[in-house]
Amino acid sequence: MTAEIAPPPRIAIGPLGWLRRNLFQSPLNGVISVLLGAALTWLVLQVGGWAIGEARWSVVTENLRIFLIGRYPGDLAWRIWLSLAILSVLSGLSAGVFGRTTRMLAVTLSAIQALLAVLIATSPIGLVGVVAYAANAAGVWIAFVVGLRGWMPRRPLTFAWLVSLPAAFLLIAGFAGTPLTSVATNAWGGLLLTVVLATVGIVLSFPLGVLLALGRRSRLPVIRILSTGYIELIRGVPLVTILFMADLILPLFLPGEWRLDRVARAMGGISLFSAAYVAENVRGGLQAIPTGQVEAAQALGLTSVQTNISIVLPQALRAVIPANVGLFISLLKDTTLVTIIGLLELLGIGRAVLAQSDSLGASLEVYAFVAGVFFVLCYAMSQASYRLERALGVGTR
Amino acid sequence: MNASQTDAAAPAADATDGIIIARDVHKWFGQLHVLRGIDLTVKAGEVVVIFGASGSGKSTFIRTINRLEEHQRGEIIVDGIELTNDIRNIAAIRSEIGMVFQSFNLFPHLTALENITLAPRKVRKSAKADAEAAGMKLLTRVGIPEQAHKFPAQLSGGQQQRVAIARALAMQPKIMLFDEPTSALDPEMISEVLDVMKGLASETGMTMICVTHEMGFARAVANRMVFFDHGQIVEQGPPSQIFEAPTHERTKQFLSQILH
Repeated sequence: MTAEIAPPPRIAIGPLGWLRRNLFQSPLNGVISVLLGAALTWLVLQVGGWAIGEARWSVVTENLRIFLIGRYPGDLAWRIWLSLAILSVLSGLSAGVFGRTTRMLAVTLSAIQALLAVLIATSPIGLVGVVAYAANAAGVWIAFVVGLRGWMPRRPLTFAWLVSLPAAFLLIAGFAGTPLTSVATNAWGGLLLTVVLATVGIVLSFPLGVLLALGRRSRLPVIRILSTGYIELIRGVPLVTILFMADLILPLFLPGEWRLDRVARAMGGISLFSAAYVAENVRGGLQAIPTGQVEAAQALGLTSVQTNISIVLPQALRAVIPANVGLFISLLKDTTLVTIIGLLELLGIGRAVLAQSDSLGASLEVYAFVAGVFFVLCYAMSQASYRLERALGVGTR
Repeated sequence: MNASQTDAAAPAADATDGIIIARDVHKWFGQLHVLRGIDLTVKAGEVVVIFGASGSGKSTFIRTINRLEEHQRGEIIVDGIELTNDIRNIAAIRSEIGMVFQSFNLFPHLTALENITLAPRKVRKSAKADAEAAGMKLLTRVGIPEQAHKFPAQLSGGQQQRVAIARALAMQPKIMLFDEPTSALDPEMISEVLDVMKGLASETGMTMICVTHEMGFARAVANRMVFFDHGQIVEQGPPSQIFEAPTHERTKQFLSQILH
């Protein structure tokens, strides 16, 4: 019974061995490696040389405030910081209390705000901004330790999350007639607008999409037909059209005193658009659940609502994380389309900056910066998704 | 286990009534007539083994008992409640019947213990601690308390099926249905599941209907064996009679095929 368990043979080849095995296995292989290596080196030298030597990054650093928050009043910018501070503390606490699944959110928030602090250091915004965002980045980890020690009960934390997003939104938007003066959403712009549109779009379209997916499989014909009709209709129309419709046509249907502002209309348009795609993704996940799962739940006496919530959705939603994150990454990038209804998100701000006379000839710098910011956000999302998949992957079939 | 104890006393009183009564049950899948007039009465505490060729309707029949399949003609009465389309009747009947499936159908995203406590907590609204204590007792009873916090994918087939039995028992059913519980198992794991089922039959006096081809199990535990052929009950009787003196030609033929 107690046969000796042999360890797997140890394979150590060293860096030279690695080179030989992977890059110079045959003469042809070696030639290709050398050529590609040369081309890559040339490319890196060119781009790097431009970025470090020629590029006039001052067009970005001088205008950094506009890139970040658009025409949002500078003396109220602390409200944006405070919103982020609240989210940072919450994500840190959650990472400590709930563990793996929320930890990637904390890492992302902390890393992005640290990056922001570095960016601000290069700009005329000043030391206050640097310290504020560095403090947020650090605050995540302080909150993490607090959460880890078990000083934060679970239930209030869950509740705090539910309240936090609307609260952050209201904090940034403000209220007319209160000490928290309202900031017209017309003034929101740049990265702030991009992130707000994407976050609201994701947070609203996800539950709506799940409901539509369930509706499409409903036994009640009215719900099924309405859901299917909605999904097919939205998927048959480009987002640009929906944004135009939301902007121009929606006000015609609403009573006169109901004046939805432009940002809210864009949010609505993006959420309603994205929900149809979420629904189709989720439907794919629902179809992948074996009927035996539902039968076992029914045999135990669970109602169909209980079966969906406890058995079907947890498995289906986990299966479609990659697809949904892909969708949300495109949603983030699609927010650039709101330029056509006159909103200045990050890319729109970039173009507005370029229209100024003193930034003549700096378009490469501006677009490179905008592309870089989008890359960081999208990469963070896809990394978060991989981690989420792995964290939730425990004990799958 | 209160339910089963009160039950164990009950059969003498209403032995003639039967806890499950099926009268002239018919079922079609499209044009295919899969159940062609099933009449079967099962008394409380009785262990009935249903056997027959694949496609003979035996699985379909036990699935009509808890309404996983709807019968289209005839009547099924479980513990005095007739199965109709009334959703409250279906819920009431399902809460009295535990079911074990051929392919286990454990919930892969929940641990063994969570699989067991889910229904008591959601349906019976038990407190978490109570449900878990009861769940651990059941896991001990099926012999794998140490696997409580593992996920189904980390368990062997035999262990999974034992968790599935514990999950069904957690709702304290009066009746257990087994739909070929060992046919998806590797040979060396069959006995561990059958042992649990034997214990259930002998110790608790549970009413059981098992669709199985484990003839050793049938001989040891069954009060009655029922042979299904082409959607009808062709022959039934105590194991001794079925094994030693089957009367019907189809029964003899089938038994000779599976007993060699």
